[in-house]
Amino acid sequence: MTLFPLIWLIASLAALGVVIIVRPSRHVTWLVIILSLTTFAVWCDLPDNPGIRLDLNGDGTYEIDKPIAIRQGLDLAGGLKVLLEADLPPGQEPPAGAMAEVRRIVSDRIDSLGALEPVVQQQGARRLIVELPGYQDPERAVSLIRSTALLEFVEFPYPIPAGTVVQTDYVRGSGAQPGEAAVTESPTPTVEATATAEEGTASEAAPSGQETAPTPEAPVYHTVMTGEVLAAADVTVDRATGRPEVAFTLTSEGAALFAEYTSAHVGGYLGIVLDGVVISSPQIQSAITGGQGVIKGNFDLESATQLATQLRYGALPVPLRVDSTSTVGPTLGQISVQQSIRAGLIGIAVVLIFLLVYYRLLGVPAALALMIFATLNFALYKLIPITMTLPAITGFLISVGTAVDGNILIFERMKEELRHGKRLGVAVETGFDRAWVSIRDSNLSTIIICVVLFLFGTSFGAAAVRGFAVTLALGLVINLFTAVVVTRTFLHFILLPVQEQALTARRWLLGV
Amino acid sequence: MFANFAQRRNLYYLISASVIVPGIIAMIYSTIVFGSPVRLSIDFQGGSLFLVKFNGPATETAIREVYARFGQSPTVQQLGDPAENRWQIRAGDLTPEQQVAIREALEAEVAPIDTDQSTFDTVSPAIGSEVTLAAILAVVAAGVIILGFIWLAFRRVPHAGRYGVCAIAAMLHDVLVTMGVMSILGIFFGWEVDALFLTALLTVVGWSVQDTIVVFDRIRENLPKHRHESYEMVVNRSVLETLHRSLATQLNAIFVMVAILLFGGLTIKEFIAILLIGLTSGTYSSIFNAVPLLVSWEKGELPFARRREASA
Repeated sequence: MTLFPLIWLIASLAALGVVIIVRPSRHVTWLVIILSLTTFAVWCDLPDNPGIRLDLNGDGTYEIDKPIAIRQGLDLAGGLKVLLEADLPPGQEPPAGAMAEVRRIVSDRIDSLGALEPVVQQQGARRLIVELPGYQDPERAVSLIRSTALLEFVEFPYPIPAGTVVQTDYVRGSGAQPGEAAVTESPTPTVEATATAEEGTASEAAPSGQETAPTPEAPVYHTVMTGEVLAAADVTVDRATGRPEVAFTLTSEGAALFAEYTSAHVGGYLGIVLDGVVISSPQIQSAITGGQGVIKGNFDLESATQLATQLRYGALPVPLRVDSTSTVGPTLGQISVQQSIRAGLIGIAVVLIFLLVYYRLLGVPAALALMIFATLNFALYKLIPITMTLPAITGFLISVGTAVDGNILIFERMKEELRHGKRLGVAVETGFDRAWVSIRDSNLSTIIICVVLFLFGTSFGAAAVRGFAVTLALGLVINLFTAVVVTRTFLHFILLPVQEQALTARRWLLGV
Repeated sequence: MFANFAQRRNLYYLISASVIVPGIIAMIYSTIVFGSPVRLSIDFQGGSLFLVKFNGPATETAIREVYARFGQSPTVQQLGDPAENRWQIRAGDLTPEQQVAIREALEAEVAPIDTDQSTFDTVSPAIGSEVTLAAILAVVAAGVIILGFIWLAFRRVPHAGRYGVCAIAAMLHDVLVTMGVMSILGIFFGWEVDALFLTALLTVVGWSVQDTIVVFDRIRENLPKHRHESYEMVVNRSVLETLHRSLATQLNAIFVMVAILLFGGLTIKEFIAILLIGLTSGTYSSIFNAVPLLVSWEKGELPFARRREASA
């Protein structure tokens, strides 16, 4: 089965080559194209489709790895959906790129919730949609998404390179400052004290002889204090080197803690850790008692600004507020989708019967075309992939109605021409030609509506509206192919062996 | 019976009016009582909506007591078979923390919740009003684009603009019918307009225009072929010729939708019911409103058209 795409591609190309050389009638050419597309679509529709995985150069890794599977929407799979918006004064837009940055940070954070295939999407200029399939607790998810950055001042035995992920003994949410119990005043007034940085990135972080070497297990470092004690943070420029740095001011409580710790640990390293990632590991060169300090590191202006913003507002460059939350139980969606798929199948079956009863022989190619229509649609849902929600399924069913309308338009026209005494061959040609204009105009107007619906759905995270618009529009486009080209080709081959006189004498076969 | 189809146009207008006028009255009543012409769901108003399945009997009083502690006075409604213990609770906007606290309180004081079969939605009022504005914009934008599209498609036909205007009139007819019926259902059964209703409404708009275009398309084709006939006769002929198609197509749409209504999931039944009403109205309006309107216009029966001709 995994080899199918390759075989299919070769077979299709071979068939195309034959068509180009032999130049058969237009009907034969279309038949080849229809068969080729349908075969591929049927393969895609297989419930246990392995996806397209091709190892082109035989090195064991797949150069092409495209899964082909149904993507279930939240209303079917169950889970939590949260729509967040930049919490800015009305009229003020978030700075360029800020929302993309928020998206990235939120993605990282929700990974820890353990939801299967979480989705974080930016919607419009200031909204973010977070979908967590299988997850049910909005409070925990939202507090994690909106949580501010955790800044820690950590006791390091030696400088640790920036970017290293470290573990500390501080438990988030415990509230208390780690060193609170040990607050003591140590009034050593100095004019201006700053923690002078020793660049963590420059040294390879070899243990500098003091303390013990790191154990193979991840060591847990002691957190001296957290960002809770921070009063302000700003970008400044080091007068000596001209490099940007981040200056911070501590609250009076923090200043006391900081003074107490630094005076006791002169010569030690005080790591600055943001959300578990080392920013820099400056050495304490003197006691810092003024409640002010500077974080030096390998900063440029942009990264220094980012750090200052993160320290002030949390790691999100833009504060977020919750617009809407939606929690769906998993079983509810399952029942709903099973019922709706069954309902859809019954509906399509009735339509097929109608086509065969009302249009008799003409109904055969129309019924085949409708089945190919469904096959192609479903294959595209899996290939693109389109998130299947209940409204998306409904959009497909409505497009079935339109697909049938195309055939009805054509056949009614043919029957009219036959009643006017036209020969069968002429009636078929006229039917298609005349009906085409109606089908094109009416489908186009509905596609326009779908575009409007799609835009509306996109700007408000109304995934329901968007899903409906996408499947309906897709159905309309495919319908232009199946209702006209596919039906016409099949009709040609069905009428081919039939004597025209015989059929003209038995017009009931055509439902006239 | 349709030989003199276009002659009975006043009857057709009357039939339309008999649906639209009660709808408009319902919308006025609804505006006075509920503050909006149709009852709005939390999608447009903001608020919270819990569809809870309890694993055990629950009472409205117990649910209300829990909400009252959070300063909320919810609308509580039991859904479906009482033995299933399904309840719909609608209240004001809740923060995620309040939401979880209420869920826990309901579990502790009312009955355990089957979270697998429950949904909990909240929408902030701010986004609700923004969605309402965008919804109105979407319908207006769709109308304007369609008007332009028809005008473009019929530009070679004399009085091309008329076709666009009549198609839009038929479209407005269907919007009014759908909104009116929704308003009546809202007053009597508490049906609420949500984002899905907007989808249904715009689908109806698309369908209405599609249907009208098919009939107009035939008029466009027949006009040069039957130059000796009066406009009314050509229109008559065109409607009769497309009637089979209109009915067959409507019938098929009904097949699919009735199947979903009978066997489909609970959550989309209201949506499908509205769609069915709207699509039926769409088929009716293109044959019995859009086309007769063209004839009325041609004959100078429309008040504004007559005025213009008189002044000319």
